[in-house]
Amino acid sequence: MLDELVYLYAVGNAAVGAAVPTGLRGVAGAPVRVIPVDRLAAIVSSVDPHEFGDESLQRNLNDLTWLAVTARAHHAVIDLVWGSQPIAPLRLATVYRTDENVRTLLQANSDAFTSALDRIRGRQEWGVKAFAAAVPGQGSGDEEPDGAVGPGAAYLLRKRAARDRVLRERSKADDAAEGLHRSLSGIAEASRRYPPQDPRISGRRADMVLNAAYLVPDSDLAVFRKAVERGQPADLEVELTGPWVPYSFATLEEP
Amino acid sequence: VTAGGLPLPSRNRQPEHLQQSTNLADILERVLDKGIVIAGDIRVNLLDIELLTIKIRLLVASVDKAREMGIDWWEHDPSLSTGQRDLAEENKRLRERIGALEASRHADRDDDGADVSPKAPGRERSRQRDA
Repeated sequence: MLDELVYLYAVGNAAVGAAVPTGLRGVAGAPVRVIPVDRLAAIVSSVDPHEFGDESLQRNLNDLTWLAVTARAHHAVIDLVWGSQPIAPLRLATVYRTDENVRTLLQANSDAFTSALDRIRGRQEWGVKAFAAAVPGQGSGDEEPDGAVGPGAAYLLRKRAARDRVLRERSKADDAAEGLHRSLSGIAEASRRYPPQDPRISGRRADMVLNAAYLVPDSDLAVFRKAVERGQPADLEVELTGPWVPYSFATLEEP
Repeated sequence: VTAGGLPLPSRNRQPEHLQQSTNLADILERVLDKGIVIAGDIRVNLLDIELLTIKIRLLVASVDKAREMGIDWWEHDPSLSTGQRDLAEENKRLRERIGALEASRHADRDDDGADVSPKAPGRERSRQRDA
């Protein structure tokens, strides 16, 4: 077994070296370093085969505590470097045997990496989540059954009216979310939708009706933000996260 | 401060009324599912990665289902909300209490109960079934 393996975070252009501060540590607390390859550069750490080798990696990826810590460390390195240099982030746990293999990878895919960098340079990823706004229980005044029905029937009618109101509000929130997504997609260069998160994960009581990522050119950022603010009608609470490294839009293939 | 000991860059400027957060679910959605995908030298069984992604999706989509699968790490993640941490501690206390109660009941029923150790209630649960 080799003494060390090479964990690959991201690929940038040659200037990326200056954006990696000395003393920066990444996954498993390993120092972060740069492998320059012609016009490109790989951001890597040397890692322990006992943690990142074939069997260990497989096992660790299914250990959700390890996964959470490693995901945060992976993200922290990428996020920090992205602050000053465009980089194309790799998916979590991309591991090579040697620096030489990383060099070969970059040389063989040099054009694809360069165009991936071009596609995300000067752009930011923004996450938008929309929640069905909690509408305080309006009295069912207009639906109050008249005195012609008995108390049992009146109770059932009230229940039905309440259920219908919840459905109507949810459907209004869904429509508002679709409208918001359409308007943001019109400004963004690209968009991706994620499945809605459970209320206990999102930390909000309300139903999530939109969970999406948008690739926004720096020049359109103000317009995008305005659209997010405008897209908050009474039916919707909107949460904006970012700027993210364009994880959702970094690919080696033409989209 | 992240797990890697790095302060997150504070370049997120939000209008007051828009909340912003970097929660774990948001990060996992991106680093597991997105980013450039190349097969490294260390091959991770793709089927397993897919299963993992499904687990995360379940987690993100439904906490209850994830709990059934024994995935509950977010309860122990200090970066998640205080409320959830309190819940985790309360769960732990309750589990210990139930374990202790079960153990003492077990001890009452088994008069000779030589192998019953009420001091380790957590371990008792698996043994109870054999009794």
